[in-house]
Amino acid sequence: MNTSLDHLLANQSGTITAIDAGSELTRRMSALGLRLGRRVEVIRIAPWKGPLQIRIGHTELMIRRVDAAKINILLNA
Amino acid sequence: MKRIALLGMPNTGKSTFFNRLTGAGARVGNWPGITVDLLSAKVLLAGSMVEIIDLPGFYNLHGFSDDEQVVRHFLESQPVNGLVVILNATQLDRQLALLLQLKTLKLPITLVLNMADEAKQMGVKIDVERLSADLGVPVNMISAKYGHGFGHVRSAIETVLRDHPQAVLANKQAFNQDDNIEAELDRIVSDTVTTPITLPADLSRRLDKVLLHPWLGLPLFFITVFLLFQLVYGIGTPLQTGAGWLLDQFKSGILEPALAHAPAAVKSFIVDGLYDGVGTVLTFLPIIVVFFMFMAVIEDSGYLARAAYLMDAIMARMGLDGRSFVMQLMGFGCNVPALMGTRVMRSRALRLLTMMVIPFSLCSARLQVFLFFTTAIFAPRAAAVVMFSLYLMSFLMAFLTALVWRGKYRSHEPLLLELPPYRFPTIKQLLAQGWQQSGHFIRGASGFIIAGVVIVWALTHYPFNVPPASTTTLAGQLANWMEPIFAPLGIDRLLSIALLFGFMAKEIVIGALAVIYGAGQNNLSGIIAGQLDWVQAYSFMLFTLIYTPCLSTIAVLRQESKSNWFTVLAVAWPLGLAWLVSFAFYQGARALGF
Repeated sequence: MNTSLDHLLANQSGTITAIDAGSELTRRMSALGLRLGRRVEVIRIAPWKGPLQIRIGHTELMIRRVDAAKINILLNA
Repeated sequence: MKRIALLGMPNTGKSTFFNRLTGAGARVGNWPGITVDLLSAKVLLAGSMVEIIDLPGFYNLHGFSDDEQVVRHFLESQPVNGLVVILNATQLDRQLALLLQLKTLKLPITLVLNMADEAKQMGVKIDVERLSADLGVPVNMISAKYGHGFGHVRSAIETVLRDHPQAVLANKQAFNQDDNIEAELDRIVSDTVTTPITLPADLSRRLDKVLLHPWLGLPLFFITVFLLFQLVYGIGTPLQTGAGWLLDQFKSGILEPALAHAPAAVKSFIVDGLYDGVGTVLTFLPIIVVFFMFMAVIEDSGYLARAAYLMDAIMARMGLDGRSFVMQLMGFGCNVPALMGTRVMRSRALRLLTMMVIPFSLCSARLQVFLFFTTAIFAPRAAAVVMFSLYLMSFLMAFLTALVWRGKYRSHEPLLLELPPYRFPTIKQLLAQGWQQSGHFIRGASGFIIAGVVIVWALTHYPFNVPPASTTTLAGQLANWMEPIFAPLGIDRLLSIALLFGFMAKEIVIGALAVIYGAGQNNLSGIIAGQLDWVQAYSFMLFTLIYTPCLSTIAVLRQESKSNWFTVLAVAWPLGLAWLVSFAFYQGARALGF
């Protein structure tokens, strides 16, 4: 199922299918491991519409929901 | 001179590596992007002096952030003999991309894989020989933190210097072309790096479960910080008392006898002005050193990034972000290091807004004033509530300020922050950090402090034939002039002189009151309690809390913002706010019949 990263629940994971975040943020994401085809897992979500804690490979990141919405995900079964 | 540039992503231990290699003390922090100024040091390698330059940590050769531009500009303009690239061995899957980009520069490269200890812990295995062959550059594994593997790195750099005695410029085309390295990256990583499919259930994740808990996370964080402050003052206060005692001994044993025959004005200037003023600030040095050392523990532990995660939702609604909150919190110890800490922010607007908010944090110096007043005026149980209300007020004013100014300092900086595994710094790093940061503080603020001391002394002592701080002195006249401003706040002219002192440093307020009321520290409480009712006292405390913190803070605001206009704003706004809040409180309370 196709969705965006901010719609994932805690402990769900998926594969990045598209990133639409403008060139600068896309580069920054790519440098931190958020690239097409990579598997990303949501570890937990902060309350009050707070940021997401995600894991890509060995790297753990926090990302705001607005920024996570720019990442399209194919949900893992 | 031969030149070697040090490059790598933020948070790879690059600064620690630089320190080990050069013996200089560069700053080390577990916080992405902390190295801002270009550090360089000269070391003897392969029989000649070599300049080693520590470039800012950066993610991408073609990026547009300030740091990335600094690196690119350096590589475009400066010929080098070689590059030393440092990557985090536990994150090769993404960090190798940077090396592949740098290879297009066609400069001699030595690759250093840091954090070998952590990689081993996480079960990551790297085939170094194969990696070296695939990349066509020498590769060495090290642990910068523990100093393992440095011999090999030194000789690798020496080999580069011998093979390339002539410094060269980077290949210009590399800066323009967009790289297509994905396929190569994936092939090399899958060839040489093996990672366990399921990570060992390591401590970081178990800690996160508790520390990042949706409801327990924030309370736990506040408790941790509270305990830390307790510890800082538990250790720092006896040291401060000791430093004060030493300074007193010097004053009564050496300075005063030496000046026995000097003219009264000169003696007063040196003893009451320079020595007492600068000495008071110096006694806070031990607390500052201890504070910075504990900061280093928190900073290196990776907990600050977690605090940013916990608070981001709330801060975002005020135009700030999670990191702003962390800095604000640091401000409760001392505003000065907190202001310097905003350097991690890339967006200038966000940084300025955060710097605007930090001075409202109720720092340890203001705490002293409030402890004194609350115990003098209020019953013990009421005193605790009053203290709590002042802390509440501190946050309230900060948030109000953010809400008012977020329109002017609007930023769209995306917050994409690494949450590094929890780590613990070594004792040596702690000491280096405490020492260096304190030195920085002294160098940056000393000119300002001395100037402030001289001005306040002159105001309260001229003309010399009347008692200090009396009506006919400059300060007394100033107090008369200020009376219309302070009378509506219930602050009388003697207290307003103390506020003048407080402008220099809040530490001095109590001592100043003692001079003004002509009382020793011990019977000052009685006099104050006799002269002020609680409404006046609370109004005075509100004003003290909100108005400009101290000269050191202003100096750092100027130094960090590099803008006179911003500095004026950052002083004038709290001053106006302090007046309004005190006015509203005092007149309101009086109107209600208190």
